[in-house]
Amino acid sequence: MEKSAEEMAKEQKEISISQFFEKNRHLLGYDNKIKALLTIVKEGVDNALDATEEAGILPDIYVKVEEIEKEKYKIVIKDNGPGIVKKQIPNIFGKLLYGSKFHRLKQNRGQQGIGISGGVLYSQLTTGKPTKIISSTGDGKDHRFTLKIDVKHNEPKIVENEVVESKEKWHGVQITFVAEGIYRGHKQSVMEYMKEVAISNPYANIIFDSPTGRIEFARGVDKLPPKAKEIKPHLYGIEVGILERMRNETKGRTVLTFLMSEFTRVGKLSAEEICKKAEIDSKISPRKLTHDDVVKIVNAIKEVKLSRPPTDCLSPLGNTAVEEGMKKELSPEFVSSLSRPPSVYRGWPFQVEVGIAYGGLITEPNLMRFANRVPLLYQLGDCAIAKAVSQVDWKRYGVPGDKMPDAPVVIFVHFASVWVPFTSESKEAIANYPVIIKEIKLALQDCARRLGLYLSGVRRAERIAQKKQIFERYAIDTAKALGELTGEAEEKIKETILKIVEEKWREIVAEEGEENEKENQKENNSKGKG
Amino acid sequence: MKKKTKKKTTPKGKDESNDRLVGFGTGVLTQINKMKNPDIKLPIRALSNIYFDEKHKLIRLGDKVSHRTYLNVAHTRKFMQTLLVASECKKIINQNVTTSIRDLYYALKHTIPGTNENTFEDQSESDPILEDLEAALNTLREALHLQADRKGYVAGHIMINDRGDRIDCAKMGSSGWAIPSNVEPEVIKFEKCTADFVLVIEKDAVWQRLNEDKFWRKQNCLILTGKGQPARGTRRLINRLHKELKLPVYVLTDADPWGYYIYSVIKQGSINLSFLSDRLGTPNAKFIGLTVQDVEKYGITENVTIKLNQGDVKRTNEMLKYVWFKPKEWQKELRHMLEKGYKLELEALSSKGIKFISEKYLPEKIAKKEFLP
Repeated sequence: MEKSAEEMAKEQKEISISQFFEKNRHLLGYDNKIKALLTIVKEGVDNALDATEEAGILPDIYVKVEEIEKEKYKIVIKDNGPGIVKKQIPNIFGKLLYGSKFHRLKQNRGQQGIGISGGVLYSQLTTGKPTKIISSTGDGKDHRFTLKIDVKHNEPKIVENEVVESKEKWHGVQITFVAEGIYRGHKQSVMEYMKEVAISNPYANIIFDSPTGRIEFARGVDKLPPKAKEIKPHLYGIEVGILERMRNETKGRTVLTFLMSEFTRVGKLSAEEICKKAEIDSKISPRKLTHDDVVKIVNAIKEVKLSRPPTDCLSPLGNTAVEEGMKKELSPEFVSSLSRPPSVYRGWPFQVEVGIAYGGLITEPNLMRFANRVPLLYQLGDCAIAKAVSQVDWKRYGVPGDKMPDAPVVIFVHFASVWVPFTSESKEAIANYPVIIKEIKLALQDCARRLGLYLSGVRRAERIAQKKQIFERYAIDTAKALGELTGEAEEKIKETILKIVEEKWREIVAEEGEENEKENQKENNSKGKG
Repeated sequence: MKKKTKKKTTPKGKDESNDRLVGFGTGVLTQINKMKNPDIKLPIRALSNIYFDEKHKLIRLGDKVSHRTYLNVAHTRKFMQTLLVASECKKIINQNVTTSIRDLYYALKHTIPGTNENTFEDQSESDPILEDLEAALNTLREALHLQADRKGYVAGHIMINDRGDRIDCAKMGSSGWAIPSNVEPEVIKFEKCTADFVLVIEKDAVWQRLNEDKFWRKQNCLILTGKGQPARGTRRLINRLHKELKLPVYVLTDADPWGYYIYSVIKQGSINLSFLSDRLGTPNAKFIGLTVQDVEKYGITENVTIKLNQGDVKRTNEMLKYVWFKPKEWQKELRHMLEKGYKLELEALSSKGIKFISEKYLPEKIAKKEFLP
C-alpha cells in the first residue's frame, strides 16, 4: 500500500533523547545485566570523583552493591563532595544531556551529561523503581529526592521531595539505584573497575561493600592533582565544519579578531600570517567567509607555526601518583612511569601517562586503560591504547610475548585530554588517531626500556646466584669422594668446601665470564680427543 | 700417607695404585684445608702437548697442564666427577676385583642430593674422566683394576701364568690365547719362552692362516694379532715380551697408510696415551711388510693392488712430515706408494699361492733381515 508524503508526515515527529536511549541503551553501556551493573557504579563513581576534585576535596567515596532479589541490585554511591543545590538536583539526575561539562574545554571524567541520568533511566526501565538522591551542601539540611524520568519529554518526574535536618553536618551526594544486574568477579567486573579506579585515583579513599564482602582501597597520596583549567580550542587539527560553525557564533568582528579571540595560542602575527597564506582579507567579517575561504584557512593553518596549546587545561596524575597507585594496589617488585609532554590531536591538547609494574604479587599480564582517570574495561580491540601496546617490540626489552607481554606485567596507560575521542557514547575505547598511538607508544617504550634494564639486572643477579648454587651443589659428592680417598670425615670436608665457596664465590664469579668460555672449549677439545 | 708427587714411573702393583689414589685425594684435601680454591692439574692430551723423544724413539707427553678448579662453573661438575672416579677406583682395588668401565659408570651414577641431576648422565661422561685420571696419576686403567676391551691373540712357544693358571700358548688350538686387558706382571707372568722373535700381524685372517700353517713352530716364534689397531693390553704385552724376554718384534700390516700408522703406534706410542709410551711403545720394533716396493720385488701382479683414494694421499703426505717417519727408508717407501698410486692388502700375497706368505715371503724377509726401521 502506498503512502503519501502527507500521510507520512503525520507519522514523523520529534523523539526525545530519553526515548532514543530507551531503545538504544547499549549505546550507554547497558547492553547486558553484567555490564549494566558496572556502568551504574562507574557513572556514580565518576561523578563523585569529578565533584570532589573540582571542589578541591580529597575524595572519600563509599560504594555498595547489594543483591536484594535474584538479579536485582541496590547500588549506593556516596561522596564527600560539595553537594548539589536543590533546584539543580532534578535536572542533573532526571534529564538526559543536562550538564555543565559539555560546553567547556577542560579535562573531566564526564563529558556529555548523559551518564548518571542514564542510570536513573535504566533503573526505572528494568525495575520500575525511582532513584533516591540525598544531597547536602553542608548547611545542616538534607535534600531528599525520589526521581524518575518522563521519557517522552526528557524531563524529571519528582516522586517525592523533602528537606530534613541532617544528623551530622556533612556535604556531598548519596545516590541509591535499584536496577537489574548480575554481579560477576571476572575481568571486566565491578571489582576490577574499583581496583583500577583506586590505582588511577590514588588520592581517593574508597570503601566498597561488594556482595562478597567489604574491600577498602586506602588513600596512597595526600595531594590532589593540579586542577585543570578551561581553555579555548587550538587551531591545529581544527576541521572545516567546526570552523564554519564557530565563525557564525563568534563575537569577533573581523577574521583577525575571530582567530585571536576564539582560539588559544593565536596572536596578531599568527592570525595575519594565516590570512596572508589563505589569501583572505583579514579585516572582513568572519560571517562573510565562504566555504572555500574556510577551506583555505584550514589549509593555511598547516603552514603556520603555532605554539602548543597551554597545558594547564590538563591534569595529569604525575609520576609519583602513577607509581604510588600501582604500588599500593598491585604490590609489584618493580614499577616505572612516564608522563609524556602534552600534545595535540584535532586541536585538542592531550597528555599520555604510562606506568609499568612487574612481578611481586602480579601473576599475569594485564593492560589497564584509563581516559581522564576513568578505567576502560570494554572494547579493548578498538582502542588506540591496545594498538600502541601491540606495536611495542616487547622482546627487545627482555619481556617475553608478542604484542602483549607474556609475563607478570601490568601496563597502565592514562590518556588525559579536554576532549577524549571515544569511539562510542558508552566511552569504552579511544579512537585510533596516529598521533595518540605514537605518544602512547613512545611512553611505553621508555618504560619498557627501564623494565628491561631492571630485568637484565635481575637476571644477572640470578645467573650469579646460580653459579654459587653450582659450587654448593657438588660439595656433598666431592666431600664424599675425598673422604673415601683420604679417610677424613666427609662432613668436615663438606663444611670446609662450603666455607671456601662462601668466602670466594663473588670474586671468582666476577673474574669468570668470557675467560671461562675459552677454558670450557679447551676442556671440551681435550675431551674430544680422548 | 704419601704426598702426591709427579712420578715418571708407573705403579707396580695394587698397593702403589692405592697409594697414588690416596696421594691424589690428599693433594686436593690439603688445598681445601688451607682454604684454597682446590685445583687438579691435568696433563693436556693433545697434539699441542706431545713431542718425539729422539733418544728413546717414543712419543712423549709435554709438560703443559690444564687446571681443573672447583670454583669455576665450567669445571665444578667435572672436578667432582674426577674425584668420584678416583674414589671408586680405590674401592675396587681394595676389594681386589676388576670391573669394566661400564660397571664404573653404573657404580657412580646417582642423583645429586637436592637436585634432579645425576653425577654422570651417561657413560660418555665417565670415560673421558677416567682418561683424565689415568693421565693425572700417570697410570693405566688396568692398574686401577678396570678392564679395557680385549681383542688380541697369541700362539707360539711361550708358557704364561695368568693368576696361577698355566697356559701353554703352543697348545691353544686354532684360536690362540686371548690377551686379557690387564697384562701387568702381577697378573701375567712369563714362565718359559723358547721363541726367537714375535711377529705382530695386523689382520686376524692372516694370523689364522699362519696359525693353521703352524708358522710359529717352523720359525720358532710367537704370532700375535691385535685385530686392527691393538688394544692397550696387546701393546703392553708386546712391550713386555721385548723388554723382559729380549724378543725382537716384527710387524706385518697392509701396505697402506692405516697399516703404517698401526706400526707407528706399536713402535712409538699414540698421542692420546703419550703419557704411557714407556709402557706401551716398543721402539725397537721392525717393519717386516707389506711394502709397495714388494710388488716388484716378489713379482706380484699389479691387478691385485688397490688405487689410492684421496684420503690415502692426504694421509701419506702428512706422514711424510712426521718425525717418526723421517728415516730415509720410510721416506722412500711412502714416496714410492704415492708414485705408484696404489696400496695393497696382506691377502694380495695369496695371488702367489695360499702358502706363499708362510713358506716364502716371511721366511725370506726374516732370513735376509729385510726390514724397514
